[in-house]
Amino acid sequence: MGHGLDTDHGLIGPCDYEDIAVLTKGARQGRELTGVARVSAALWRRAWLRAALTLSPPLAWFLIIYLASLVVMLVTAFWTVNSFTNNLQHQLSLTNFGALFDAPIPAIIGRTILIAALVTVTDAVLALPFAYFMARVATRRVRNALFVAVLLPLWASYLARVYAWIVILTKDGTLDWATQRLGLGAPNIAYTNLAMGIVFCYIWLPFMILPVYAALERIPDSFIEASADLGARNARTLRSVVLPLALPGVVAGSIFTFSLTLGDYITPLLIGSGSGTNLIGNIIYDNIGLANNLPFAAALAMVPIAIMIAYLLGARALGAFEAM
Amino acid sequence: MKNRTFFRGRAQRAVVAIALALPILAAFDSGTVAASGTTVRTAAGALTPPTQGMKPQQSVGKGEGELNLIAWEGYAQPEWVKPFERETGCTVNAKYAGSSSEMVSLMADGGGGQYDLVSASGDADLRLIYGGDVKPVNVKLVPAWKQLRPFLQSPDFNTINGVHYGISLQFGPNDLLYSTKVFPTAPPSWSVIYSKQYAGKITIPNNPIQIADAALYLSVHQPKLGITDPYELTQSQFNAAVSLLKQQRPLIKAYWNLASDEISLFANGEAVVGAAWPYQTGQLQAAKVKVADTIPSEGATGWADSWLLAAKAPHPNCAYKWLAYISTAKVQAEQAVNYGETPDNSLACPLMNQLQKGSCDSLHANEPDAYFKSIKFWKTPLAQCDNGQDNCVPFQQWATAWTQITG
Repeated sequence: MGHGLDTDHGLIGPCDYEDIAVLTKGARQGRELTGVARVSAALWRRAWLRAALTLSPPLAWFLIIYLASLVVMLVTAFWTVNSFTNNLQHQLSLTNFGALFDAPIPAIIGRTILIAALVTVTDAVLALPFAYFMARVATRRVRNALFVAVLLPLWASYLARVYAWIVILTKDGTLDWATQRLGLGAPNIAYTNLAMGIVFCYIWLPFMILPVYAALERIPDSFIEASADLGARNARTLRSVVLPLALPGVVAGSIFTFSLTLGDYITPLLIGSGSGTNLIGNIIYDNIGLANNLPFAAALAMVPIAIMIAYLLGARALGAFEAM
Repeated sequence: MKNRTFFRGRAQRAVVAIALALPILAAFDSGTVAASGTTVRTAAGALTPPTQGMKPQQSVGKGEGELNLIAWEGYAQPEWVKPFERETGCTVNAKYAGSSSEMVSLMADGGGGQYDLVSASGDADLRLIYGGDVKPVNVKLVPAWKQLRPFLQSPDFNTINGVHYGISLQFGPNDLLYSTKVFPTAPPSWSVIYSKQYAGKITIPNNPIQIADAALYLSVHQPKLGITDPYELTQSQFNAAVSLLKQQRPLIKAYWNLASDEISLFANGEAVVGAAWPYQTGQLQAAKVKVADTIPSEGATGWADSWLLAAKAPHPNCAYKWLAYISTAKVQAEQAVNYGETPDNSLACPLMNQLQKGSCDSLHANEPDAYFKSIKFWKTPLAQCDNGQDNCVPFQQWATAWTQITG
């Protein structure tokens, strides 16, 4: 340094220049070669950046499409509708939440929860022996056949299956025909809450069988053998080993059956009579389509969400999410 | 591990906060916009439609190649849509709506501008007109308008202050459908659908506008209530109608949602009497089910439909071509026979009989004006009664009460 000014090379002296030239050349080459590599290196050094980049597209989708739409719904619940033009009035008010406590909405909410609970219990009772047979008794071939049998209805349209049940339950339908042949009279139960419950049980049953099957299948044979070795009979093994281990599966399945019943509006529309058979789902549907009262529909839609949050917290306490 | 906690903690909270804040901000922002679209009340207290001042077009130009309709199911059948498309080059895209309210919300969706015309019934017309969703129509551009029966040229459900917002289409009654096995002669009164004698065998539509049917019945049987218009009810008149319907509820087999629901209820004998449209009678009789329909002595409610022109119609020329085409006697006759309702064009009667013998009589197409006047047509229940007072019960409350009735 300090050999004097070289106009061509600024302040850098001749001997330094040689070295620096070599260095820059090398560095330049390096930079050209490792453009991608440097990004990769930066990502390697900063794990949080890597995670953020990987996660941001699905996270953006989740936040914008899913959460934001829920928030829009929540905000809508605070608006009102101009009773004349049906236009939304964007002034915040609690009217819609107040209206949730007006008769008959509390009764409809209660009816919905009751039917959802009964459907869930019925499906659990039906699914447990079926899933046990599939998981622990059936041969591979029979098990595959049963899998197809459980999943087959899901391939057909929901509407077609509900209409099929109308044909079965209606006056002089398949059920009436069968019971009359047996001399039991004609129950004629179409267009009742019972009919709705039966259809729900049928439609959601696969969603209960599959998680229960998954839970039962994971029980190691050694547990059953150990139970027997310790002197437990079958009933005791079932009660003390199989059922507790199946419980997380039942709870996981109940999340499906319960939440699906809670939100359904097609079955009450088609197989309910509309007279004392309204559920939360079809009241929301009526308020969107018939009454065009979107804000009240949004407020009412908050009810199943609140119920499900409480239900999921309870399910987590029972360890349901370990089975999923 | 540290990174993950960081991401879960601060970053996630920040992103969630932003995601939550955006729509809320948008909501408040749109609040200022909404005020501009509202209806104007003049000093006299009368309502003025927001689009009243819009000048309608004076001539029909070249078609835009497309036409977007919101229609009742059965109103855009290939029998008359295909010839229209060939004639005008306008491809028809029809969106079917399930209820009047759905029509109103579809017309307003996305700020309007998607649809050209809507086949609205009287209970939606005023909501669309005063909501600013439809605009004035130049009837001079619809040659067959002059052939419409005089009282349907400028009816109060689509013409306000002398300004037309649409062209009348067809009408029909909500009549009493009954099984001829149970009723050898037509029931003379609507009282059969409120009678314990037919408990569990009655069906009526699952629709808040049904309160008007109860009010019409009470206007005759409880004259003390002073009901003159079943769509303009004071709170006490409204309460009486709702209480009648609450008493009726345990007698109901089912409240029907679709015409096909009622058809199957009658076909398998689960219902023997109910409120219906002539359409169901035609379908059931064609299927050899022993039913007939009647308009009992109290009269009936009914629908009178019009094609209304959207304020932001993207294809106005095709829309005018459709209005001109759908109003002609030939197309009116086709639709009337196909759907089972009464055409508004006074020349349609002989053409109907050509399509189906006796259909002009059975669909009441050549009845005097008195027949039309005996039907109380659907209109939107408003807070403001015709006498200018604000003591009528608006539709929103009808909808709430309907949920209370059906439980």
